[in-house]
Amino acid sequence: MTDKIPGFDTLAIHAGAAPDPATGARVTPIYQTTAFVFEDVKHAADLFALKAFGNIYTRIMNPTQAVLEAKVAALEGGTAALAVASGHAAQALIFHTMMQPGDEFVAVRQLYGGSINQFNHSFKSFGWHVVWADAEDMNSIEKALSPKTKAIFIESIANPGGRITDIAAVSKIAKKAGVPLIVDNTLATPYLCKPIEHGANIVVHSLTKFMGGHGNSMGGAIVDAGNFDWGKSGRYPLLSEPNESYHGMKFYETFGGIAFAIAARVLGLRDLGPSISPQNAFYILTGMETLGLRMQRHCDNALKVAEWLSQNPKVAWVNYAGLPGDAHHALHKKYAPRGAGAVFTFGLKGGYEAGVKVVSSVKLLSHLANVGDTRSLIIHPASTTHSQLTPDQLKKAGATPDVVRLSIGIEDVEDIIADLEQAIG
Amino acid sequence: MNHDTYPTDYIRGILQNVKVIAMVGASSNEVRPSNLVMKYFQGKGYEVIPVNPVLAGQTLLGQMAYAALKDIPKPVDMVDVFRTSVAAGPIVDEALALNPKPSVIWMQLGVRDDEAALRAEAAGVKVVMNRCPKMEYGKLSGEWAWVGGNSGIISSRKQHMHESGKLQSLGLGAKHTKG
Repeated sequence: MTDKIPGFDTLAIHAGAAPDPATGARVTPIYQTTAFVFEDVKHAADLFALKAFGNIYTRIMNPTQAVLEAKVAALEGGTAALAVASGHAAQALIFHTMMQPGDEFVAVRQLYGGSINQFNHSFKSFGWHVVWADAEDMNSIEKALSPKTKAIFIESIANPGGRITDIAAVSKIAKKAGVPLIVDNTLATPYLCKPIEHGANIVVHSLTKFMGGHGNSMGGAIVDAGNFDWGKSGRYPLLSEPNESYHGMKFYETFGGIAFAIAARVLGLRDLGPSISPQNAFYILTGMETLGLRMQRHCDNALKVAEWLSQNPKVAWVNYAGLPGDAHHALHKKYAPRGAGAVFTFGLKGGYEAGVKVVSSVKLLSHLANVGDTRSLIIHPASTTHSQLTPDQLKKAGATPDVVRLSIGIEDVEDIIADLEQAIG
Repeated sequence: MNHDTYPTDYIRGILQNVKVIAMVGASSNEVRPSNLVMKYFQGKGYEVIPVNPVLAGQTLLGQMAYAALKDIPKPVDMVDVFRTSVAAGPIVDEALALNPKPSVIWMQLGVRDDEAALRAEAAGVKVVMNRCPKMEYGKLSGEWAWVGGNSGIISSRKQHMHESGKLQSLGLGAKHTKG
């Protein structure tokens, strides 16, 4: 379709969310049901064989979830999306759809600690082997490639280091290797950065963070960019070869530009089962309507807090790409010009103990393991989110023992700064 | 007509106005895209006539199949080309030789022949290339969003249940006035 594409905030409110065809309800209803009746046996057979669009069972799809998926796909500029129980579930389904036992994928070390754990440990039992590289060093990514490599995985804005990845440069490497580039866009959200415009083939989200934005619901999403040829190499058999559980249907031949999203749903989600609840999908949908407003405020506040911290004599360093002197400032201007995100780290001259003292002394900021809430959040990664990593892994992930991570909320910035001031002391 | 992109109303108008579709390259294999599209359009109330020399004289999904477009004993509104781009040109010429001519020639996703399109348009026939009519129907009706698809369309108007009244089936609503 070619008519003018609406602006971001218009899409955030309207994409996927036409009035309900059955009732006329203007806001997307919560379809709190496990299953959907069939017109007749023929209709049932057609639905199961993917010959008709339609709902069967909420483990696979649900109308509330579908609106969320269509909205995420529209905001990212993808062809289709799949919403699931969490960002971790989204990652598991992505790799389930493209990997066979014994395959490898390349991931950069500058990742959310939970992803590092998932890749290092749980994925190993599926026979999917991660090979680590450095987001700052394109050569290291090229060197990590092997004939067994099936994908490259990066974060657009990395957690917790506040680093911004040169997506287009990694995309070039992925294209040359003939493998898809997967970009975790959780911390940027499509308001700040659209990885597909820079060459991503799959975008993954924890919707739990800024997308939902209110710290009340778990969710994850897989966005299919529709720009990868899954048939060319024959190395993605789940997509290119006849599937026995669907009477020999070939997903890429049948579904083309949405084949990955469909296969992740009707194979991965069907069999592994991490579905999102309709209630959570609804909360996230409501949050997403104000994504643009919130992200701008998050970023504006974060910049002011980072500037204040960088001038505080007790602060050793601040890692925020929004600061003009930051090593990632140029990448911020290129990939996320409206803001450098709201999650970043700083270190206190007092080291580990001073960091612990700050997280113990805050009164407005909440000490907890999440990011992307309306509330400002603070955590000490070395003792919490990244505590299962070795000292070497901590360093490579940008989570050395003195690091304090902030997720700046949308409160009045003066109050956030005042709380940090009294906590730093 | 610029065949890289199509206005929403152009596609909607075509899918609202055609009733009889000749599908060149319809397959009897139930998991091939042509078979899936044929079945889907039958469910939306269209008459789909399969054209495939291998199936000529047999029925496919309850419809008599013909070897060539010229063998179809009734007028067709649209010819859907489910063949390769190389095969598309001659099929377009066969379609233009019909009397009466179809009002639309539609070439499937991945199929494009700009010269053939010019010949068809010179003869007053509307052309769509490199699109799947099932996907386009889904985008316009809203069913596309059921599988998380990005239709590129937003609307504050209620979606239309399909006129058949079947469960989980959306339609395109009232026809546009001709003109």
